[in-house]
Amino acid sequence: MKIVVCVKYVPDATGDRGFNDDGTTDRESVDSLLSELDEYAIEQALKIVESGVEAEITYLTVGPDDAKDALRKALAMGGDNAIHVNDDDIAGTDALGTSLILAKAIERAGFDLVICGMASTDASMGVVPAMLAERLGVPQVTYLDEVTVEGTTVKGGGTVKGRREGDVATELIEAALPAVVSVTDRTGEARYPSFKGIMAAKKKNVEALDLDDLGIESDQVGLSAAWSIVDTATKRPPRAKGEVVEDEGEGGVQLAGFLAAKKFI
Amino acid sequence: MTVDRLLPTRDAEDLLDLTRTVADRELAPVAARHERAESYPEGLFGVLGEVGLLGLPYPEEDGGGGQPYEVYLQVLEELAARWAAVAVATSVHTLACFPVATYGSPAQRERWLPRMLEGRLIGGYSLSEPHAGSDAAAIICKARPVADGYRINGTKAWITHGGKADFYALFARTGEGSRGISCFLAPGAAEGLAFGRPEEKMGLNAVPTTSAFWDGAVLEQDRLIGAEGQGLAIALSALDSGRLGIAACATGLAQAALDAAVEYANERTAFGRRIVDHQGLGFLLADMAAAVDSARATYLDAARRRDLGRPYSRQASVAKLIATDAAMKVTTDAVQVFGGCGYTREFPVERYMREAKVMQIFEGTNQIQRMVIARQFAR
Ligand SMILES: Cc1cc2nc3c(=O)[nH]c(=O)nc-3n(C[C@H](O)[C@H](O)[C@H](O)COP(=O)(O)OP(=O)(O)OC[C@H]3O[C@@H](n4cnc5c(N)ncnc54)[C@H](O)[C@@H]3O)c2cc1C
Repeated sequence: MKIVVCVKYVPDATGDRGFNDDGTTDRESVDSLLSELDEYAIEQALKIVESGVEAEITYLTVGPDDAKDALRKALAMGGDNAIHVNDDDIAGTDALGTSLILAKAIERAGFDLVICGMASTDASMGVVPAMLAERLGVPQVTYLDEVTVEGTTVKGGGTVKGRREGDVATELIEAALPAVVSVTDRTGEARYPSFKGIMAAKKKNVEALDLDDLGIESDQVGLSAAWSIVDTATKRPPRAKGEVVEDEGEGGVQLAGFLAAKKFI
Repeated sequence: MTVDRLLPTRDAEDLLDLTRTVADRELAPVAARHERAESYPEGLFGVLGEVGLLGLPYPEEDGGGGQPYEVYLQVLEELAARWAAVAVATSVHTLACFPVATYGSPAQRERWLPRMLEGRLIGGYSLSEPHAGSDAAAIICKARPVADGYRINGTKAWITHGGKADFYALFARTGEGSRGISCFLAPGAAEGLAFGRPEEKMGLNAVPTTSAFWDGAVLEQDRLIGAEGQGLAIALSALDSGRLGIAACATGLAQAALDAAVEYANERTAFGRRIVDHQGLGFLLADMAAAVDSARATYLDAARRRDLGRPYSRQASVAKLIATDAAMKVTTDAVQVFGGCGYTREFPVERYMREAKVMQIFEGTNQIQRMVIARQFAR
C-alpha cells in the first residue's frame, strides 16, 4: 500500500516568531524546522510498516525552498521518498488553499492512507486533515492517540483503526481505506533520525512540483485567494513579574484567594 | 555555547548536529541525578547505538559509521560536555571493538562486529589487574589451552562498565613474558565469571567500575583475537586510539566547565560590578579558554595524523597529557569562579572537578604518557 505523510516546515516554536507587514509568516528572522507535531505522524507511518504492513512511505510538503530540510529530516527517520510542492504563487496561502494543493499532490502520487499531525506548531488550526479528507472524498479519522492498519493486500483494501481519547469517553474508530487520519502527540515518542538514516536520506528521491504540475491556477491559492488572513497581530507582552505570597500564617488562604480571583478555582 | 568546529564534510556537520540534539535531550537533563544517585542509565546506550554513535570510527561495511577520528572525537567531546561518564563509557566501548575490528579474522568480524558497532552489544576493556595497571606487561590472569578453547583463571580490575557490558576485550596470559599475553573477546556472562561490587569512586558514578573474577570459565577457540602472544601489541595499539578518546572526553568536560563559569561570571556581581568585569577574574577565564582550545588543537592534530595513516603515538600521548591536565586545571578554576557556590553540589562544577581527576589516571597515567613521549628521544 501507499502511505502519504503530510509534513510542514514551520518557524521554530522556541524562537522569536513574528509576522511580515502583509500578515504572512516572517520566515527570515527565525530558523524553521519540521513541525514537531508532524514527527508523530512520521513515527506512526514507520510503526505501521514495522508492524508488518507492506507500504511505501512518501512525505509531502508545501513550502518554500528551505522546506526541503523538513523532508530530509523525515527521510532520515525512515520512509522512501518525498514530494516538495514549491511555487512563488503559494506564499500567503491559507489552510483551505493548502488543503487543495496537498489533495492534488496526493491524488497525483496515489494513496491508501494519508497521515497528518493533529495540527501545525505555528498556525495550530488543525483543520487541514478534515479538509483533505473532504477534497479526496475519503473517510477522516482524526485526533488519534493510537493507530493501526489491518487487512491490506497488494490490491489495496484494508482498514485503519484508531483510538481517540476524549474528556468523557474513549472512542474506538475505524474506517475502510483509503482514508485520512491525524495523530496526536500521545501516540508515542518520535524516534531520532540515525546517522546512517541521515546519510541514506541524502540519496532518497525528492520530487519537486509546482502549481502547473498539479493543474492549479495561481489565483486559486496565495494571499489574494485566502479565506482567512491575519488582520492584525500583537506581540506577546513580556511576562509580568509574578505575585509573591509571603506566608505569615495566612499563605494558604491568600493562595486560594489569588486562584479564585483568576477563576482557576 | 555551541563550539564553532571545523569539520571536514557536510555529513560530519549533520552528525555533530544529531549528537548535540541527542545529548541535549537524553544526557544533559538526567546526568546530575544519576551521578548523585550512582544509578546506571538503563537503556541510554541502546539509544546511542540506534542513533549510530557507538561505532563511528569503523568501516560502514562492518556496521560502523565510516568516520575519521577527527570527527568521532568531536562527537565524544560533545557527549562529555553533557555527561563525562557516558562519554568515557562510549570511548571504552569503541576501544573494546578495536581488537576484533583490527585483528579479527573475517569470520570473527562478521560474527560480532555489526552488533558491536551498532551498539546492540556494549563492550568493556579488561587489561588492568589489581597489581598491574601502568605495568600492563605484568598481568598474571591465565588463559590455559584446553580442548576447543581456553580456560581463564585470575582477577582483572578496574573494568569500566564491568558487569553491565555484553562483551569484554580481555587480555590474559598464554605464556611467559611480554609475548605471552593474548587477546580474547570474552562474553559478558559465563559460568566461572563473576564481577565485584562497583568501586566507590570520586566521580563517574553512574557507570560502574568493577573487578572480574575468572574461575575456570572456558572461552571457545574462536574467541582468541589475533595470534597467541599478540595480546600486548594489540592492547597497546588499542590504547593509542583509546587515549585520544580520553583526550576528547577531557576537552568536552573542560568546555562544559568553561561555559558554566562564563555564564556565572556574567550574572554574579561583586564590588558593584559583574565579576567578569574584574580583570583578575577575566584573566582566569581567558586562561581557561586557552587551555580548552589547546586541548582541542592537540587531540585534533593527533587525530588527523591517525586519519592520514601517519604515526601518531607520540601525538596521542601529548594530547592525553595536555587535555587531561587542562581539564583538571579548568574544572578547578571553574569552582574558583563560582566561589562558595562552586563548592556545593547545587552547581555542576564540583562534579566536573571530581570527574576530571580520573582522566589523568586511566588509559595510561600522565606519568606514563611522559614515558611514551620521552622514549622517542633516547638515541
Ligand atoms: C574509574 C576508572 C576506570 C578504569 N577503567 C579501566 C578499564 O576499563 N579497563 C582497564 O583495563 N583499566 C581501567 N582502569 C585502570 C587504569 O587504567 C589504571 O588505574 C591506570 O593504568 C593506573 O594503574 P594503577 O592504578 O595500577 O596505578 P600504578 O600503576 O600502581 O601507578 C601508581 C602511580 O605510580 C606512577 N607510576 C607507575 N609507574 C611509573 C613509572 N614507570 N614512572 C613514573 N611513575 C610511575 C603512576 O603514574 C601513578 O601515579 C580504570 C581506572 C579507574 C580509576
